[in-house]
Amino acid sequence: MGVSPDNAAITVAGLWKIFGSKAQKVLDSEDRHLDPAALREKTGCTAAVRDVSFEVRPGEVFVVMGLSGSGKSTLVRCLTRLIEPTAGEIRIGGEDIRAASPARLREIRRHQVSMVFQHFGLLPHRKVIDNVAYGLEIQGTPKPARHARAAEILSLVGLDGYADAYPDQLSGGMQQRVGLARALAVEPEVMLFDEPFSALDPLIRRDMQAEVVRLHREVGKTMVFITHDLSEALKLGERIAIMRAGAIVQLGTAEELVGAPADDYVADFVRDVPRSHVLTLRWISRDPEPGESLDGPELPAGTLIKDALGAASASSRPIKVVDGGELVGVVDRVDLLAFLSGQAAA
Amino acid sequence: MSSAAVPTPSRLAGLPRWVAPAGVAVLFVAAYLVFRGTATLPHDKEAPQFLAVTELREWIDDHRNDNPLFLYFLNYIRLFVGSLYDLFETVLYGLGWPGITGIMGALAWLAGGWRIALLAVGGVSAFGVLGLWGSSVDTLALVAVAVLLSLAIGIPVGVWAGLSGRARRAITPVLDVMQIMPTFAYLAPLALFFHIGAPAGAIATMIYSIPPAIRITALAVSEVSPTAVEASASLGATRRQTLFKVYLPLARSTIALAINQTIMMALSMVVIANLISAPGLGGDIIRGLSRAQVGIMLPAGIAVVVMAVVLDRMMMALARRDPHAKLRRTDLAAAGVLAAAGLALIPVLPKVWPESLTINMVAEVNDAVHWAETNWYAVTTWIKDTTSHLLLNPLESLLTTAPWWLVALAVLAVAWRVSGARPALVALGCLLAIALLGVWEHTMQTMTTVAVAVLVTLVIGLLLGVAAARSPRWSAVQRPLLDAAQTMPAFVYLLPALALFGTTRFTAIFASVIYAVPPVVRLVEDGIKAVPATVVEAAASAGSTPGQLLWKVQLPMARQAILLAANQGIVMTLAMVVVGGLVGAGALGYDVVTGFSQRTDFGMGFVAGIATVLLGVMLDRITQGADRRPSPRKRKFT
Repeated sequence: MGVSPDNAAITVAGLWKIFGSKAQKVLDSEDRHLDPAALREKTGCTAAVRDVSFEVRPGEVFVVMGLSGSGKSTLVRCLTRLIEPTAGEIRIGGEDIRAASPARLREIRRHQVSMVFQHFGLLPHRKVIDNVAYGLEIQGTPKPARHARAAEILSLVGLDGYADAYPDQLSGGMQQRVGLARALAVEPEVMLFDEPFSALDPLIRRDMQAEVVRLHREVGKTMVFITHDLSEALKLGERIAIMRAGAIVQLGTAEELVGAPADDYVADFVRDVPRSHVLTLRWISRDPEPGESLDGPELPAGTLIKDALGAASASSRPIKVVDGGELVGVVDRVDLLAFLSGQAAA
Repeated sequence: MSSAAVPTPSRLAGLPRWVAPAGVAVLFVAAYLVFRGTATLPHDKEAPQFLAVTELREWIDDHRNDNPLFLYFLNYIRLFVGSLYDLFETVLYGLGWPGITGIMGALAWLAGGWRIALLAVGGVSAFGVLGLWGSSVDTLALVAVAVLLSLAIGIPVGVWAGLSGRARRAITPVLDVMQIMPTFAYLAPLALFFHIGAPAGAIATMIYSIPPAIRITALAVSEVSPTAVEASASLGATRRQTLFKVYLPLARSTIALAINQTIMMALSMVVIANLISAPGLGGDIIRGLSRAQVGIMLPAGIAVVVMAVVLDRMMMALARRDPHAKLRRTDLAAAGVLAAAGLALIPVLPKVWPESLTINMVAEVNDAVHWAETNWYAVTTWIKDTTSHLLLNPLESLLTTAPWWLVALAVLAVAWRVSGARPALVALGCLLAIALLGVWEHTMQTMTTVAVAVLVTLVIGLLLGVAAARSPRWSAVQRPLLDAAQTMPAFVYLLPALALFGTTRFTAIFASVIYAVPPVVRLVEDGIKAVPATVVEAAASAGSTPGQLLWKVQLPMARQAILLAANQGIVMTLAMVVVGGLVGAGALGYDVVTGFSQRTDFGMGFVAGIATVLLGVMLDRITQGADRRPSPRKRKFT
C-alpha cells in the first residue's frame, strides 16, 4: 500500500499465536501448516493466529473481520500482548512491542493504546465517572484532574448527567459508551475495538457505529476494529482484513473485497452485499465503442454506482467516467441495468 | 420397552444386567458363611501401637522445653496465639458487659440497621441472663482469635488460589482431606504439639475453620468477570492495582460469605476444643454431655446458638448490603451513640453481669427431661430397640465376625464399581492402615453406626427433598428451618438426642441424622429443581403422570445431585457419630474421648483419631464417583 514501516501506526509481520503446551515445538516444525482441526488432533495445540502481517496507517480505521473462532480477537489482544504472541513482530508507533519490558508495556497501554471490549468490562462497584477515570487513576492522576477529564469525555460520548450512575443502571448501549469513554479518556494514539457492538440491539448498534464514525472524524485516532458483521466492516473500514482459521485471506478496501474477492470464502461472505452500494463506476466503465457519443454527463471514477443512477436516468447518453480530468471510460444505461440485474461480473 | 431386546456385545448373551453383581454378592455371602469367625481382629486396649504413641507423648512432655523443634518453633507459635488470646480476653473483660453490648450493637447497626442492632444487644444480654457471662466472653475471645488467624492466612491463600490455577490444584486436595476429617481427629495431635489450653484450642479451631475461608475466597476471586480484569490490564494497570481495584472489590460480597462461614465453623469447633481444655462455653456443654445432664448443657447450648445467630445475621446483612448505597448519616449517628453509651457506662455499671439478673434453669430442665424420659419411655425404647435388633446388631456382628480380608475385598469391589480404580485402591489402603493400627473392631462398630445413620438420613432427606421440589409451599415452610439448622453448631443436635434417648448408641444416630438431613434435603431439592423446565414440560406434554415424571425424569436427571448428597451425608454423619462417643456411642469416638481424659490411654485415643480420618477418607472415596465435577471451564477467545 506504499506505506513504509517508519510512518505506519501499527506494523505486524509474521505474527503467530499457538495455544498449548507445545506451541514453540509446533511453530518450529512443519506441523504449523496443518489446518487447525488437524493440528489440534495431532498435537493438542490450537493455532489461533497464523502468520499474519499488515500495516495500519496513522488515522486509519482498519477493520479485521471474520467468523467466530477465526482468531481475530486473539489477534487484537496480541497487539498489546494481553495475549503473549508465539512469534512475529509488532511495532506500534515504530516501537518494538515484543521487546518491551513489562514496565514499558504498561506505559504503552496507559498512554498509547486503549481498548474497547465486547462485554464492556466495566467495574460494577464504581460510578460511571470513576469507570471512565479508571485509566487515569492507575496512572496516578489526582482526583480533581481525572474527574474533570472524565466529565469532558462523558459529554463527548453523549452521557452528560450520568456521571453518578452505576453501570448496572444503564442500558447496554450506554454501558458501551462508558467503555468507549474509558478508552478515550487516556488520550491514546491507537484505539482497539474488540467486537464492541455485537452484544447490542441492531438499532443501538447503528447509533454506536455512527458514534464511532463521528468520533473518528473529531478526534482522528488510529483505530483497529474487530467485527464479525460484514455491513459494520464495510461501513467503518477504510481497509478490511478478512480472517479465516487464523490467517488473513484478503486485505483491501471494501470495493476490492466486493469487486474482486480473493477466493470462494470471501466471495461467499460478500455475496449478499448490495454491490451498487460499494462498487464505483471504475469497476464497470468500458472503453467507448466507435461512434458512441461522448457528450454525456461527466462523473468521477470514485462515484458509487448507486449514486450514478440519477445522472443516468436524467440523460440518455452514456456517462463519461473521468479520473482527474482524464477519461477512463463510459457507462451507459444498459451497462448499469446489466450490472444491477447481477449479470455483469466485475 | 420392546420385547426383542437388542443384545449389546459387551454383555454375555441372554443374561440380565443384575446377574453379575448378584453373583458377586452370593460369592461374598458364601465366603462369609465359610470363614465366619476366622481372621477377626478383636480390640486390645494394650496394643503395642497404642503404647508406642503413649510413650511418645511422655517423651514429648519431658522434652517440651529442651527439644529445638519445640523450643524455637512450636512453643513460639503457642506463645503468640496465647498472647493474642490474652489480649482479646483482657480487652473484652475490660469493656465489661456495657462496653461489649454497646460496641456489638454499634457494629450491628452499621452492618444492617436497627433490627440487627436490636438482635445483637439482645443476644449479648442473653449471655448474662443465662448466667454464662464469663464463659461466653471466653468463647468470644477464642472465636475472635481463631477467626482472625484463619482469615489472615485463608484470604491471601484463597486469593492466590483464585488467581493461579496451579495453586488451586495444589491446595484443593489438602482442603478436601481437611474437610472430611472429623473434628475429633485434630485434637490429639494438636495436644501433642501445642500442649493443652486456650492456644491449642484456638489452633484446632483455626485448622477446622480455614478451609471455607480459602475455598470461598478462591471461588469469589476466580468468578470475577475476566473482561473487567482484561480491561484493567489493557489500560496498563499493574497486577497489584488490578488486585486491589478490580478483583477484591468485585469479590467483596462473596468474601463476606467466606468470613461468615469461617465464623460458623469456628463456633462449632470451639466447643469441641474444650476436650483439650480450651476455655469457654464448651466446658459446660462437654460436662453436661458426659454426665448426661441436659440441664447443664442447655443454657450453654442456647448461648452458643445465640452467638452464632447474632454473628451470622450481622455478616449476612453486611454481605447483602446494596454495594452502591452509602452509609446514611443517621445510621452512623445511631451507631456512634450506642458505642459511646456503652463505653460511658463501663465505670458506672458492674463489669460482670449481676447475679440477680440471671435465670438458673438447671433443675427445671433436668426435671422436664426426666418427665419426658419416663413418659415417652415406651415410644423411645421401642424405636431404640427395634433399630438395634433389626439393623444395628446384625450389621455389627456381620462386620466384626467376618474375616478382615473379606471386608477389605468387599470395600474394594464396591468402591471400584461406584467410583473407579483409583479411589478403590485408596479406600483399600485406608482400610488396611486401620487394620494395622489395631482398631479394626471399633472401626467396624463405628462403621455400623454410620451406615445405619446414613440410611436413615438418606431416606428422610430424599422424602423431604422430593416433597420440597414438588410443592413450593412445602419448600417455603421448610427452607427457613433448614437455614436455621445449618447455622447451628454441630453438637447442639446431641442435646435433644440425649434428652430423648439417654446415653446409647442410638443417641449418636439420632443426632447425626438431624445434623446431616438439612444439607441432604437441600441438595436433593436443588438437584430436582435444576432439571430443565423444558424437559419436564416435554415429559408432561407426553402425558406422564406426576409419579412417572418423578421416577422416569426428575430423579434420574438429578442423580448426580443425589449421589453428591449421599457423599455429604456420609461425611457429616461420621463426624457426628464420632462426637457421639461422648454420649455412649462407644467405639472410636469413645476411644478418642478416653484418650483425652486418661493419660495412660492417650495412645489409643490418638490412634482412634487417625482411624476416624482414615475411615472418613475411605467412605468418601467409596462414594466419590458422585462428586466428579466437570473440568473447569477454559477461557477461549473467538
